[in-house]
Amino acid sequence: MSSKNIDLHVHHVTRVEGHGDVLLNVADGKVEHVSLNIVEAPRFFEGMLKGRAHYEVREIVSRICGICACGHSLSSIRASEAALGVEPSHQVVDLRKLVLSAENLSSHYLHIFFLVAPDLFGVDSVIPLATSHKDVVVKALKLKKVANKMSDSIVGRHTHPICMDIKGFSKLPTVEKLKDIQRQLRDSISDIEFMIDVVASVAGNIPDFTRETEYVSLGPINGSKEYPFYDGVIKSSEGITYYPADYKKVTNEFITPDSTAKHTRHKRDSYMVGAMARFNNNYDLLRPEAKAVAEKLGMKAPCHNPFMITIAQLVETVHITHDAIELLDSLINRGIVPEDYSYTPKAGKGAGAVEVPRGILFHNYTYNTHGRIEEADAVIPTTQNLENIDQDMRVLTPTILDKPKEEISLLLQMLVRAYDPCISCSTHQLNVRFA
Amino acid sequence: MSKPRIAFFDFASCEGCQLEALNFVDEFLALLEHVDIVNFREAMTEADWNIDVAFVEGSVTREQDIARLKNIREHAGKVIALGACACTGGVNAIKNTRPLDDVRSDVYGDKKDWFPTFATRPIDQVVKVDGYIYGCPIDRNDFLKNVQLILMGKKTLRHNDPVCVECKLKENECLLSLGIPCMGPITRGGCGAIDPTYGHPCTGCRGLVDDPNVNGATDVLAKHGLTVDDIKSYMTLYNAFKAEDIDEQ
Repeated sequence: MSSKNIDLHVHHVTRVEGHGDVLLNVADGKVEHVSLNIVEAPRFFEGMLKGRAHYEVREIVSRICGICACGHSLSSIRASEAALGVEPSHQVVDLRKLVLSAENLSSHYLHIFFLVAPDLFGVDSVIPLATSHKDVVVKALKLKKVANKMSDSIVGRHTHPICMDIKGFSKLPTVEKLKDIQRQLRDSISDIEFMIDVVASVAGNIPDFTRETEYVSLGPINGSKEYPFYDGVIKSSEGITYYPADYKKVTNEFITPDSTAKHTRHKRDSYMVGAMARFNNNYDLLRPEAKAVAEKLGMKAPCHNPFMITIAQLVETVHITHDAIELLDSLINRGIVPEDYSYTPKAGKGAGAVEVPRGILFHNYTYNTHGRIEEADAVIPTTQNLENIDQDMRVLTPTILDKPKEEISLLLQMLVRAYDPCISCSTHQLNVRFA
Repeated sequence: MSKPRIAFFDFASCEGCQLEALNFVDEFLALLEHVDIVNFREAMTEADWNIDVAFVEGSVTREQDIARLKNIREHAGKVIALGACACTGGVNAIKNTRPLDDVRSDVYGDKKDWFPTFATRPIDQVVKVDGYIYGCPIDRNDFLKNVQLILMGKKTLRHNDPVCVECKLKENECLLSLGIPCMGPITRGGCGAIDPTYGHPCTGCRGLVDDPNVNGATDVLAKHGLTVDDIKSYMTLYNAFKAEDIDEQ
């Protein structure tokens, strides 16, 4: 064992969004190098935005990511509104919260049931599960469909929403559509409960690994009792909070030669964002229905096992579903009212922070007097998680060296997948290389 | 008869078009009865290189992309460009409108040389392409119709009628007549005019029709109050790619 040599390069980790490699080099039983290298093509969004007009920025940045297109749109809109001095109405904010809920549901379902579930069931993809566990796959698809339908009804489609803009919507949903979404969400609760039992039956296959780190998410603002996705301060588990405009004090981006995505760190060597960071930082604000699921699946806050991110996501789907049903009640009772969404652009600087499926997402813009972008910056959740994944791998790898190479490879890939990385986003770029 | 073996690959893109294919849910399960998916990194671990139809999403932006794309071409009976990034360069080609060095230093600062890139190009600039499925993202119905055609050995739909045709059929109020600048008159249709249906102007994501009347469209946009800068923005949102940009390198 002490003389073990491993040279592993997982070329393009599968069942993740984008191209990343895991590299592992072990000499004489000692880990010389282990990392996740991002090899996806960089896309230069910040460079593309320079000179573009306020009304097209949202549409362009939506294209950073096919999974969190709504989240990018919303973080962008919030940054633009802060910069241009535009205030959205209560109705608009509520509809945006529903859009974010739909995206978090859709993305969590995709990750839990299509990307991670094959690992827990010990198969290569969801396709064999469609035969061996047909009821599970059919229910997962049904749940995903409800979330997609929710986006379709409010913003036209989930991948690259259409009618959501600065200040308002180019078309508002009808009350009938909202009632239909609410009915479908209510009906989905029994399917979610079935899926929770399915996950509970294979939860024993979730690897047991602990590494405490710093957790960063939105935190409640002005004493709000809402589990924050759309609005809040930046909250670190180290007991520090910042306003969104000060996001750079948290992210401190740095560049490494192995990765076309940047890395970040705050008070420790690395920090984590995403469902588990939110769960750890804002557990008290979860609805009782969601807390009950956490308890059933043996997850307590704070949790320091990154493989449990999937469980945190499942807990969040319960919270989000109940919360959205309640928010829809309020919108339906008030009725949808047409509003004036015109505004005059001006010069200014502003930042937006929202919680998208993979964690806190920042956009920051400077506009000139013509309402055109002078400077743009976006810091993506996966970018913020990359250093944390590397640190996890450095602690995990020495403890699994006695296992066969294939198993080491699988565990490292499962770790990467647990974070639900979105590599297109992070390069605005994932592969596993064993070097 | 064995089922056609299909595969999905991606280059610089958001992978939203592949995701849209997964999002079809019911139709996707039905599709699985007619094809074998043999290579789809985003959804599965196993990979096989005996491919009948390769759907390629994304634009070519780096030297190493060329070899990877040529390898896909070599192993695939047919190569289909999936979505705007692959068909026309999409939003990725916006970077071609500014000096590349400026764009690189905007993002990576003094470390820009660590990340080589070249002018964005659609995939047909590198390999022979057998069909196109347009849009950012692809339209679900259009995708299914095209897949059917491809599996029957026919050509994909060219969609030379502009977006306006479907928009009229939907009885939408014309956005131009409401004073909202719209690219519908010169943009390829096939999307069911989804943007104008949601009150949002068409911004040309499916590419321009063959032989578009760009001057006429420019006049119309100017008449509706757009400045030269605005019109240039509109025309380059998804359609910034010009073959000359590659030659200049």
